[in-house]
Amino acid sequence: MKRLLLTLVVIALYVSHQDVWNWRKVYPMAFGFVPIGLFYHACFVVACALVMWMLVTFAWPSHLEEEVEGRETKKEDAR
Amino acid sequence: MIPAIVVFIYLAVVLYIGIFAFRKATGKERAEDYFLANRSLGPFVFLLSLFGTNMTAFAILGSSGHAFNNGVVTFGLMATSSALVIPLTIFLCGTRIWALGKKHGFMTPVQIFRDRWECGHIGTVIFFVQAALLVPYIIIGVMGGGTTLHVISGGLVPFWFGGAIVALVVMSYVFFGGMRGTAWVNTFQTILFLVFGAIAVVVIGAGMGGFKSAVAALASSPATAPLLTRERISPYYFFSYTFIPLSAIAFPHIAIFCLTARKMAQFKKTVIFYPICIMAIWLPCVFLGVMANRVQDVPAIRAKVEARRVLATQGRAMPPEQRDILREQAAGDDTLLLLLQRFAPLWLAGLLGAGIMAAVMASDSQILALSTMFTEDIFAFYGGKRRFGEAVQVQTGRIFVILLTLFAYVVALQAPESIFELAIQYAFSGYAALSPLIIAALFWKGSTKWGALAATVWTAAAVVAVAVFQATVPAPAPGVTTVCATIGGVEALARTPGGTAVFGFMPVVPMVVGSALLMFVVSLATRKPQAATIEKYFARGA
Repeated sequence: MKRLLLTLVVIALYVSHQDVWNWRKVYPMAFGFVPIGLFYHACFVVACALVMWMLVTFAWPSHLEEEVEGRETKKEDAR
Repeated sequence: MIPAIVVFIYLAVVLYIGIFAFRKATGKERAEDYFLANRSLGPFVFLLSLFGTNMTAFAILGSSGHAFNNGVVTFGLMATSSALVIPLTIFLCGTRIWALGKKHGFMTPVQIFRDRWECGHIGTVIFFVQAALLVPYIIIGVMGGGTTLHVISGGLVPFWFGGAIVALVVMSYVFFGGMRGTAWVNTFQTILFLVFGAIAVVVIGAGMGGFKSAVAALASSPATAPLLTRERISPYYFFSYTFIPLSAIAFPHIAIFCLTARKMAQFKKTVIFYPICIMAIWLPCVFLGVMANRVQDVPAIRAKVEARRVLATQGRAMPPEQRDILREQAAGDDTLLLLLQRFAPLWLAGLLGAGIMAAVMASDSQILALSTMFTEDIFAFYGGKRRFGEAVQVQTGRIFVILLTLFAYVVALQAPESIFELAIQYAFSGYAALSPLIIAALFWKGSTKWGALAATVWTAAAVVAVAVFQATVPAPAPGVTTVCATIGGVEALARTPGGTAVFGFMPVVPMVVGSALLMFVVSLATRKPQAATIEKYFARGA
C-alpha cells in the first residue's frame, strides 16, 4: 500500500510538470518580477525535494545496505 | 585583463587540488584507488561532486543562452524535469549500482551488463556506443572553457588558447588525481559556483536598476513579452524534454560515480538535495539569460537581438547558409559572461568568471569515466591486466586521458555548432535511449543480452539517422517546419528550426520508446541467462 501511494505521488508530480494552463501567462508575478510560469516551476522543484524526502524516508532499499554490510562483516571475520 | 588573471589563479588552485589528491594516494597503484577513489567518498563530497559532475558548460552557458532566445521556458524544460527524474533514477538505480559494485567489485556499467547477461563482445559493442556518445560531452567542456576565457579577457585570450589552457588543466588533475582529485575539484567548483552565482544575480540585478523594472519593460514590448511565457516552445516539445534526464543514470560517469560512495546512506542527502541544487544553479542562469534581452547598451548583445529579429522577419526568404550564419550570431552561449563584463566590477567579474569556469570544467568526470571504461572494459577484459599487471593498467588509463583530451581539443576547434545544440542532439538523446539497458539489467529478470544489443544498435542507428537527417535537410526559418514525411495526413517527420520532430515530439521520445520496446520484445524471444546468474542479482541476501 505504501509503495502504491508513493508511486501515485511520483506520477502526480510528473503530470503536474506539464502545466499547460500557465503556457501563455505572465501575470500574476511573484515578488513583483517572477512570471507565474517560472514561479510555478520553482515551487515544483521544492515539491520534488519533498517527494524525494518521502521516498528516502518511507521506501529506502535498506535490504541492499544490509546485504553489503553483511558481506563486509563476513570478510572482516574471515581475516 | 584582471578577470582573466583571477581565472588563471583559480585554474592554478584547481591544479593544486588535483596534485594534492595524487600525493594522498601513496603506495602501490591500484585501479580501484585511481578510478573510484577506493569507494570511500563521504556524504558531503559525494553530493556536491555528483551534482558538479552533471553541471557542465551546457547547464551554465547553454541554459542562459537558450533562455536568452527562448525565455523562461528553459527552466521548466531542462531544470525542473531534471529535478524530478535525476534524483529519482539515482534513488532507484544508483543505490542498486552501488550495492552491486560493493558486492562484486564492478567498476563500470559494462562490467555489470557483461556479468548480468553473460556476454562478452556485446559488452564491447555497448562500450563503443557509450564512448562515441560521451565524446561530444567532453568537447562541450573544452568549447565552454575557450568561450569563457575569450569573453572574460575581453577578447585578449583567443578561443583556441583558452580551450587549450582549460584542456591542459583538466587533463593534468585527472591524470594525477584520478577520481579522488576529480571529486575534490568538483566539490570545490560546485561550492564556488553556488556562492558566486548568487552574488552574480544580486550584482547584475542592481546594475540593471532592479529586476522589477527590467521585467516590466520586457512584458510591455510585443517582441520580448513571449520570453516571459512558454509561447516559443510547443507542449509536445516540452513533454519530450522530460525524457532527456533519463540520460543521467545511463551516462557512464554518473553510474561510475555511484560506485564511489563509502556507504549507501550517502545517497540519501544527494537524492533529497539534488532538486534544490538544480534550482540554485539553473534559476539564476535562466533568469539572467532572459534579462539580458533588456541590456541594449552592450554591442554584442544588441547584435544578437538584431540577428534574431532579422532571422524571424526575413529568414523565410534567405538561403539556408545565410540563416545558419544568423543563428550563430544570435546564439547566446556567452550571454552570462557579457552580463558580468557589463555590470560586475573587474575583480568581481574575475571571481564570477572563475565560478562559471568551475561549472564549464565538469568534463573532467567524463574524461576519467572514459579512461576507466577503456582500461576496465577493453584493456582488462581482453587480457591486458592479467598480462601486464594493475600498475600498467592505471598507467594506460592515464595515457588514455591525455589522448582523449587532445582529441577533444582538436575537434572543439573545428566544431561549428553552439554548445547547447551539440549536447542535446547527440549525447543526451543517445544516453536517454540507453537508459532501458540499466533499468532492465537491475529490475527485469527476463532481460537478455540480445535485447540489450538490439536496444544499443537501435540507439546508435537513431543518433546517426538524426544527425544525417539534420545535415541533409537545412533548418527552416523560425516559425516554419519542413515536413518530410506524413502518415495518414499527420506530420510524421519534420525538420524544425531547432532540430527534428517525429509526430511533433523530439527524437528522444521515439528513441527511448523504441529502445524499451526492442529490449522487451527481443528479450522475450531469446534465451535468458542461467538461473544462478539471475539469482545473484534478484535474490534477497544474495
